[in-house]
Amino acid sequence: MISRTSFLTVLAAMIASSGRAADAEKLTDEQTNFFEKKIRPVLVDKCYECHSSTAKKVKGGLLLDNKEATLRGGDNGPAVVPGKLDESLIIRAIKWADKDMEMPPKKKLSADVIADFEQWIKMGAPDPRGGSVEGASAAAAAWKRKEIDIAKGREHWAFQLPAKRPAPTVRNEAWPKTDIDRFVLAKLEEKNIQPVGDAQKRDLIRRATFDLTGLPPSPDVIEAFLKDNSPQAFQRVVDNLLASPAFGENWGRHWLDVARFGESAGKDVNLPYPFAWRYRDWVIEAMNLDMPYNEFVKEQIAGDLLPFRDVQDQSKKIVATGFLAIGTKPHNERNPRQFALEVADEQIDAMSQAFLGLTVACARCHDHKFDPIPQKDYYSLAGIFLSSETLYGTTRQVQNNHPSDLIDLGKESGLPAGFEGISVAERAKLAQEKEKMSEQIAGTFREAMTARQGGGNDKNAAGLRILFERTKLGEIEGSLNRYDAQGNPRILAMGVYDRKYPTNSPIYTRGDSTQPGESVPRGFVQVVFSKAPEPVTRGSGRYELAQWLTSEQNPLTARVMVNRVWRWLFGRGIVSSMDNFGTTGEKPANPELLDHLATSFMANGWSVKKLVREIMLSHTYQLAAQNNQASFVADPENTLNWRMKNKPLSAESIRDAMLSVSGKLDAYPPAGSMVCRAGEGREGLIKLFNMASQPSYIRSTYLPVVRDQLPEVLSLFDFADPSMVTGDRENTNVPSQGLYVLNNANVLGLSDAFARRVYDSAKDGPTRMTNAYLLAFGRPPTQKELLASRSFFSNYQQDADKARGKKGPDVSMYAWSAFCQALMASAEFRYLN
Amino acid sequence: MNTPFYSSRRHFLQSTSSGFGYLAFSALSTWAAEQASTTAPASPLAPKAPHFAQRAKRVIFLCMKGAPSHVDTFDYKPRLIKDNGKDSGQGRGGPATLLAPGWKYSQHGRSGMWISELFAETAKHADDLCVINSMQTDLPAHPQAFVQMHTGSAQFIRPSLGAWALYGLGTTNQNLPGFITMDPPPNNGGARNYGSAFLPAIYQGTKIGNGLPGLAARRGGGGETTISNIKNPRYTPETQRTQLNFIQELNREKMERDGATPAVEGVIESYELAFRMQNIAPQVLDLSKETEATKKLYGIGDQTTDAFGKQCLHARRMIEAGVRFVEVAQGNWDHHRNLHADLEKSCNMVDKPIAGLLTDLKARGLLKDTLVIWGGEFGRTPHAQFGDGRDHNNKGFSMWMAGGGVRGGINFGSTDDYGYEAVDNKVHIHDWHATVLALMGLDHERLTFRYAGRDFRLTDIHGRIVKEIFA
Repeated sequence: MISRTSFLTVLAAMIASSGRAADAEKLTDEQTNFFEKKIRPVLVDKCYECHSSTAKKVKGGLLLDNKEATLRGGDNGPAVVPGKLDESLIIRAIKWADKDMEMPPKKKLSADVIADFEQWIKMGAPDPRGGSVEGASAAAAAWKRKEIDIAKGREHWAFQLPAKRPAPTVRNEAWPKTDIDRFVLAKLEEKNIQPVGDAQKRDLIRRATFDLTGLPPSPDVIEAFLKDNSPQAFQRVVDNLLASPAFGENWGRHWLDVARFGESAGKDVNLPYPFAWRYRDWVIEAMNLDMPYNEFVKEQIAGDLLPFRDVQDQSKKIVATGFLAIGTKPHNERNPRQFALEVADEQIDAMSQAFLGLTVACARCHDHKFDPIPQKDYYSLAGIFLSSETLYGTTRQVQNNHPSDLIDLGKESGLPAGFEGISVAERAKLAQEKEKMSEQIAGTFREAMTARQGGGNDKNAAGLRILFERTKLGEIEGSLNRYDAQGNPRILAMGVYDRKYPTNSPIYTRGDSTQPGESVPRGFVQVVFSKAPEPVTRGSGRYELAQWLTSEQNPLTARVMVNRVWRWLFGRGIVSSMDNFGTTGEKPANPELLDHLATSFMANGWSVKKLVREIMLSHTYQLAAQNNQASFVADPENTLNWRMKNKPLSAESIRDAMLSVSGKLDAYPPAGSMVCRAGEGREGLIKLFNMASQPSYIRSTYLPVVRDQLPEVLSLFDFADPSMVTGDRENTNVPSQGLYVLNNANVLGLSDAFARRVYDSAKDGPTRMTNAYLLAFGRPPTQKELLASRSFFSNYQQDADKARGKKGPDVSMYAWSAFCQALMASAEFRYLN
Repeated sequence: MNTPFYSSRRHFLQSTSSGFGYLAFSALSTWAAEQASTTAPASPLAPKAPHFAQRAKRVIFLCMKGAPSHVDTFDYKPRLIKDNGKDSGQGRGGPATLLAPGWKYSQHGRSGMWISELFAETAKHADDLCVINSMQTDLPAHPQAFVQMHTGSAQFIRPSLGAWALYGLGTTNQNLPGFITMDPPPNNGGARNYGSAFLPAIYQGTKIGNGLPGLAARRGGGGETTISNIKNPRYTPETQRTQLNFIQELNREKMERDGATPAVEGVIESYELAFRMQNIAPQVLDLSKETEATKKLYGIGDQTTDAFGKQCLHARRMIEAGVRFVEVAQGNWDHHRNLHADLEKSCNMVDKPIAGLLTDLKARGLLKDTLVIWGGEFGRTPHAQFGDGRDHNNKGFSMWMAGGGVRGGINFGSTDDYGYEAVDNKVHIHDWHATVLALMGLDHERLTFRYAGRDFRLTDIHGRIVKEIFA
């Protein structure tokens, strides 16, 4: 029982030992940190339920939510006596030293935590909390909820609407060709930075052709451009490139980086997703048709819910929702609830980074540490995705606990199947196999039961056989499911539908699926709009989400996309943290330029092609890639675009360029994907491995993207990791790349083809050499290079003479091949000026 | 401030040939800063000074995939032996009976360390072993725990331990990659386990192995250990040198035309390393120069131990050649069933090679600054599963270290009486990461990389350096 005297005694003791008892006003950082890191979280988590002013029923008369009450203690005496372990009842309680006072009652604290409390008391129990009960409990409550001030959060630059401004005036009026140039030059003049001179015409057309199509310009096209002296010459080049189907293949691939496109589950059990390609092709087509970006976003989130013209149109819109279905998934997760939460989490992560440049998924277990995104917002979005059914296919097998259906679009969709049909007889045979396997499993099952009853040793063996047989059955069912009754291929797609009964999601404490808290209405990230939109009451909410993402009142969507386009053309974003516009992201190097691009992008009907064209016709894009001392000193990272960057070719472009110059490129888009043709399940993956080891001449965009098993040439040259949203690829220069171009058998094969092409193009050596340079670099060799080339051939001959006796067919063709390979291996082939 | 810029073409070519400039324009630093700071070359793999005293200069991580049983090997639990067959009160889905280890434990070395007969050979090095018996990880599921053991996070894509080590320290042999991983499993996170995530890709592990998918690779061997594209199928080294000289001439011509271009310089350097690697790497992988006695020490030639013995010997040759971090993945230790037969088989495959590796390292004076680590993603339950098997257990398990500045002959931390849960001096996988980095001289709180606006580190916001195990 607490008495007035004991309280006073404690106070007296405190005053007497005030040198040790820590005073709130004089706490060192270390003391405060110790309390905040080690003590307060435990008090809030483990004690406040019964010992705080907000507790439903305060137990033992003890409050631990402010300093004064903690020192005063409860019915049994002071909880904490600074500096005195023996007298501090809290220590006895948490050590479970008294049978009657084991705290917290459910589970003893860990030894580490108990040690922390002991140390804290020895330190003099420094406690930065307020003294009065009222103030302290309010502070404690606020601390517990860590309430995020949304209104204050909206002050961050990215959450304010982009402002439309007139193009600024500049000193050097002769320099700007477009408004973009005015914004760029104004910033440069502000910093006294001189832009470099213009790119050479040859460099410019090579740059533009690779940037838009991912392929090298042909020598004829270069020649025509060089001869065209009209002011519209470059504009014509750009328009032709934008109209080429190769544009969609290259720019679609850019988007596929962002969409973390992959054709398998990734993660633990890497099951194939044989119909992911349909989303890939939808992206490529959307880019080629210049689908307005707002429409592009809407269809990926809610294509199935949007109005449509006809079945074909509807089918394509459903395919677009593949964006939500192609993410990585932990197929071996046993708990269905947990699995659903993981899928939703991945969707929130991809959606928020791709479209908003926000890492909303950080708010799954707690309020976002840096951005004004409370945990509640996360579960508002989670409710939307949990109210949607994600359809991705896969067959039942060991470790795949969650196969799903696919969407059957039907023949009326007008879409290709991606694989061949089979005869009625073959289909019947498959059905028979299924029957047989089902019977076999039943037999094995009986066997296992008998063995179990008999207690024999075979029960495990039978059990394993069942697992194996079920996997086999899953694969047969998967194959069978691909055909209609006549053996015609069904038109299958991944995607998302609304669930029949949409529900709100509870907030899961610490993201733990076994700890649901209160439910929150389906809604959006509050901070994005000046007034949070009305919560969803009907349907999953994806329709509304699509509207929120593409609203012109959304300050992020347009900015994030124009920044991506800038990055894909200049090699660096105006905001360099492409997928993070939050408070921990980078600030825009030129905010006015970013806003100009974003507002004119929306004003131009969200047309990506118009935006690309506007940028490419600017003086800024047409600058040389040259360096300049003074400008370098002022802006070493070229954040303000005083020059063009020496951009590396992407992995796809390196491969496609080698195919192109060697005359081997098969530019025709293949139907579907190798992953689809290889088939379902593990068997499909094994077949795919064999198929993929054959040389292939299709464009790299169409190569199989099996997560964690990328084609070598792609993974070696910094292809985007298909498991994560990638707005900015790595740019490495490692020896394994050198080994690849010097030694890889496919490269040697292409070098041979390149050599043959060059050899057949003329009768004499010098012309052949010149033609090789024209093909590889888009320019004739310099005098020095001609000399170097000649001496290469004579050195090669000497080496060959030395090695004479060894077998070597057609040494001269090998010499040409080695020569052509060298051109493809050189830095000029891999980097743009 | 005098900001340097190439004063002439000659100066420029001189600087590039000395290796300066590779990172000069990159995100990590600026040209000016590089020049101003030191005269050190700017290669991202150049050796870097550690944060504090370096106990281990290099690491060999013997990664036992599938989670070996600790109660049958390195965590001696007399109560478990005594209470064999009793209800444990634990276990998923129903009552479980305690299962005593089926192998005898005895004391070894001057330290008297208890080790079961499954590791009879390794036990001869008891006084060099520092066994942590109180390991913990977050989840009892292979893929998550395996990835967390390698990258610290089961959830997010993060750089692996080896990549962080290489990023922090660089490497001493510029003719070889600084982080090599042998036969990593294709599943359980695959390339994430040796990936560099947001760190520059040059820090990622170079995967070598037989390159076979599926079963063969998962069993950890069968084929010859190789590096992709390491050998030219057509040209002699002389011819290839002639070809490379021509390539480099083109590259230098380009630099002369365009001025300073670090990218081109990077190509020049990486091709030279690639060319040199062709010579060195096969030599490092070539075991034919090793004596019969050495091979025998590792159990090479004996069917049971041949595969892992070769991997261990490869690992020694690599660290000897200056590779910073070598990881060897082995086996499948996931013994839910047939524990008595299969665990013994697994141990027989590795015991002798491990002992051989420790003996060999010691004889060569390498053990004192080479950290050898042994362990898997979690441990197993003291109670039985399916009669003769053990289930996953993330609450308490054992890993050990040897050499590299750790105290030998000690058991650190402990589990409860049955080995179910760590109770004393718990070492979470984050703490283990912090400790391994600390042994290498790196402060896990200072070894950061700024990505997407945030400073990331291997241990996220966790990690305690277990200084108690330092020698």
